[in-house]
Amino acid sequence: MVEAILFMLGLGAASGAILSAASKVFYVYEDPRIAEVENCLAGANCGGCGYAGCSAAAVAVVAGEAPPSVCIVAGAESAANVAAVMGMEAGAAEPLRSYNLCRGGERADDKYQYMGINSCRALSMLYGGKRECEIGCLGMGDCVKACQFDAIALGEDGFPVIDELKCVGCGACAEACPKNILEVKKMSDKLLHFNQQDDRIAPCTQTCPAQIDIPKYIEQIRKGDYEGAVNTIRERNPLLLACGRVCPHPCEDYCRRGIEDEAVSINQLKRFVADYEMNSGKRLPISCAPDTGKKVAIVGAGPAGLSCAFFLRRLGHSVTIFEMMPKLGGMIRYGIPEYRLPKEVLQWEIDGILKLGVDAHTNVKLGRDFELGSLVAAGYDAVFMGIGAWKDYDLGVEGENLNGCYTGINFLTRFAKKQQGDAPLEEAIPIGDKCVVIGGGNTAIDCVRTLVRLGAKEVSIVYRRTRNEMPANMVEIEAAEHEGIKFHFLAAPTKVIGDENGHVKQLEYLKMELGEPDASGRRRPVPIAGSETLMDIDMLITAIGQGPDTAFVKDGKRLDDLKITKWSTIDALNPETLQTNIPYVFAAGDAYTGASLVVEAIGGGRRAARSIHLYLTGQEVTAPPKSLYKEHIPESIFESVEGITPKARTPMPELPVEERIQSFVESDLVITEEDAIYEANRCLNCCRTCYDKDVA
Amino acid sequence: MGDYIVLAISCIFVNNILLGQFLGNCPFLGTSKKMETAVGMAMAVVFVLVMAGVITWILNTYFLVPFGIEYLRTIGFILVIAALVQFVEMFLKKSIPALYAGLGIFLPLITTNCAVMGVCLINVNEEYTFIQALVTSFSYAVGFGLALILFAGVRERILLARVPKPLQDTSIGLVTAGMLALVFYAFKGMV
Repeated sequence: MVEAILFMLGLGAASGAILSAASKVFYVYEDPRIAEVENCLAGANCGGCGYAGCSAAAVAVVAGEAPPSVCIVAGAESAANVAAVMGMEAGAAEPLRSYNLCRGGERADDKYQYMGINSCRALSMLYGGKRECEIGCLGMGDCVKACQFDAIALGEDGFPVIDELKCVGCGACAEACPKNILEVKKMSDKLLHFNQQDDRIAPCTQTCPAQIDIPKYIEQIRKGDYEGAVNTIRERNPLLLACGRVCPHPCEDYCRRGIEDEAVSINQLKRFVADYEMNSGKRLPISCAPDTGKKVAIVGAGPAGLSCAFFLRRLGHSVTIFEMMPKLGGMIRYGIPEYRLPKEVLQWEIDGILKLGVDAHTNVKLGRDFELGSLVAAGYDAVFMGIGAWKDYDLGVEGENLNGCYTGINFLTRFAKKQQGDAPLEEAIPIGDKCVVIGGGNTAIDCVRTLVRLGAKEVSIVYRRTRNEMPANMVEIEAAEHEGIKFHFLAAPTKVIGDENGHVKQLEYLKMELGEPDASGRRRPVPIAGSETLMDIDMLITAIGQGPDTAFVKDGKRLDDLKITKWSTIDALNPETLQTNIPYVFAAGDAYTGASLVVEAIGGGRRAARSIHLYLTGQEVTAPPKSLYKEHIPESIFESVEGITPKARTPMPELPVEERIQSFVESDLVITEEDAIYEANRCLNCCRTCYDKDVA
Repeated sequence: MGDYIVLAISCIFVNNILLGQFLGNCPFLGTSKKMETAVGMAMAVVFVLVMAGVITWILNTYFLVPFGIEYLRTIGFILVIAALVQFVEMFLKKSIPALYAGLGIFLPLITTNCAVMGVCLINVNEEYTFIQALVTSFSYAVGFGLALILFAGVRERILLARVPKPLQDTSIGLVTAGMLALVFYAFKGMV
């Protein structure tokens, strides 16, 4: 008996001594919080969290990869304790969630029939599965079996549906899926995703410069989940109120219904849900990742800058905007007139972005009030240049600087400032009786429609090509026609003639005819010799295009090296990273592309936000892998679509012409809820190759 | 030398720890769904079993037998194996981080594995010499790995087969394990 007791004591003491000695000798520095966190966990080593035991989970928590609520056994109290150790609020870290990427399921065509096999893994080993679509869900439910939390079910359409409340983001489903249609991601990972060659995306989503998941939000509208639709859009585009009003919707050109019928009115649906949120009186909550402590300066609060600020803030970076104008918004505030995008609406949207914790300084201009060096000195880790394209191109003809001659952006901006009360001391622009606007783009149309509303008696557009070649949005051209604008096509101004007081009196132009197509694919106008014609005018606005004002480069020492292209846009090393030759400076929007669409700038802002995030987190700034950039997946573009029954497209409601030309009240109206649901039901809910044949 | 080879063959095939003695069935069923995990588990078992076999043999020969307290064998072995695994884990973490990363998940899981315990007790019961104990421990572990990896391969193939609903997953796994055991019985007359 005594030997036994002595032996066990001795053995215990020896083991203890050896282990404690070993723990000193083989000591590896470990974050002390790991042990503390582990103490808060259940200690069941069940693996339910998706990590190999509690210590692995603790390591993941401390590394910031797992949320404090990682332990599924210990519950809320443990989460609170862990959060206390980590010095953050429970639930503040971004939770991982599983997302299903295939919305085809059963509706995809079958290629093979298999007998008796009932696992996705087996199916994929045998000739890749039964479906024509090589990347879609196989529908055998390996993910359902893999999920220990009962969070996945196979929906009636034959693809997995995830219960986000039950999902803990363990990744078992993603591991089980042989087709990789399940993806476990954090919110911020989702925000930084760009279209890929192997994505399951519809042609419209491939086309959208902001890459919004269009079929998803339309489906949410169809189901009445308007808030869900707003959130879906906001994952890609923070300016949905603005875009819903002014976007020329390139997506609709690729709508699969549009091949056989009229395209779905995608943008009106976007506007419908955007207005729904604004009119509901409350803002939907927008989640942000925990603070990273990195500071980013955004120069220019236009759509690109706001979009970049929005996404960087959501990724947890601290963002400060520097804007040269008295208010935020850039070209969408000062270039787009009130009747297209009411300032009140825009302000509501911008306030939403500022409410995330974005700081903004107005009336400060790069090169005048600050320069790159002062931003670096103030501790900004990266700088985003979204300075837009505010400098009007000159016509380059004699007399264009006479009194009564203006340039497009300058005119619109001055008027917008006056209208908003930004510049009470500045004199209002006198409006003539016979006004002529030169140019065929959206700026020209904005000018003429503004002039009509300001009471100009006769407003004309002079454009050197024809209506078909006008770059302006078709709806805008039509609206201008309805409002009584005169169009002089095939006319190239050659001289502006003034009266004895130096005021514009006449415009001389040459008549043109269309020749061979040029580089842009449009037929080149060729002057007809000797066709000079005179036109009586008393006000002239030149709106033939605009470029970025890059004069600041000369003023700032640190900016000497910034590469500027021959079109005076800021040059980036790679169009997909938007990093300039100064590594911590990034550019997007009109400043990079030259005058382009709002939605292009928004997409560019997000793209730059991704690069800035990579840069700030010490990763290599490279283009997204397998990226689908400004191109389409060939197999997703159809020549024809079978079995489409034409259903009329919902027309855009607008104010009657007589009413709208009296004031700057918004002229395009929002569609009704009933129409929105009807329109949403026209959507084929396309994916890469399959689509919903039931609604065709 | 010939004796050791015979001993090794007997441990690996004839008295295979999993299919001949039915020890260590939990990891056998639990980690055999995927080849990757099966290989990891097999490596960890080889590692721990050899260490445990050696240390328990020493404990038994130099402490338990001289003092006549063989009845403390089980509890003593448990304590020693547990401490050993902890020690090895610490050692690997510091000295061979790569190996630790590979085996790390499996090491603590087999601390109290019945196959490990079983082999240590067999070594003592059969009154093996030190070298013999070393060879048996290693061979049993190899046998464990062999059976586990074979079984994982079979189970991966079963996925492609048409299995009746009531027999799916663990049920068919057990049936397969039984058949594999029968196959291993064919080695019975060999040694």
